[in-house]
Amino acid sequence: MADQTLDAKGLNCPLPILKTKKMIKGMTAGQILEVMATDPGSIADMTAFCNQTGNELLSQSNEGDVYTFEIKVA
Amino acid sequence: MLDTGDNTKKMTIIVTKGTLDWAYPPFILGTTAAAMDVEVTMFFTFYGLGLLKKDLDLKISTLGNPAMQMPMGGMHMSMPNIVSMVPGVDRMATTMMKNLIKKKGVASIEDLREAAVESEVRIIACQMTLDLFELDKKDMIDEIEIGGAATWMEEAAKSDINLYI
Repeated sequence: MADQTLDAKGLNCPLPILKTKKMIKGMTAGQILEVMATDPGSIADMTAFCNQTGNELLSQSNEGDVYTFEIKVA
Repeated sequence: MLDTGDNTKKMTIIVTKGTLDWAYPPFILGTTAAAMDVEVTMFFTFYGLGLLKKDLDLKISTLGNPAMQMPMGGMHMSMPNIVSMVPGVDRMATTMMKNLIKKKGVASIEDLREAAVESEVRIIACQMTLDLFELDKKDMIDEIEIGGAATWMEEAAKSDINLYI
């Protein structure tokens, strides 16, 4: 289960990514960060962010207009 | 605090505009790039210098923005250039924009700028235009360097991405 959670609901680009990066900086390798966002652009953005930075996108799902991502810190 | 190595990508952005709408692209791109481990240099010149002031008072105008369509009352209202002549219209457009930004959870320029500083984006203010507009370095945020075209050029020659905004 997630070691940390980030509630980025209601925030628009680029805040979900900026805040995700900030949280990851304070975490150690192997830990899991759960991010919740309502910004539909965040689906593509989280994938791109993980591809670029080497953090692993473990899963993504959505319930209504809330998207949840699980990221494993590299 | 960037995770940099030999494969680190570099980017420079030349920032030439100082209105509220034009402030967003450079700061969004710069902070997002920094969050994605790109080494970023932002070179502020001409009206872009206004974005470095300690006290930001950014505005927009309907003039010169023929594509501007503001969401109003469930529709999109076009803003013809001529409307800008009417006293108070630009101020109203600016207020409308600021309210929309807050309502939609979009970051303020102040916050984005702070994020840029925090992620060690290199911020360079153009010496020549500081001088030209008689702007005082003391009015700018502390985290800036002063440089000229050659300073930008050196970074640009090594960068993967160079943008002019």
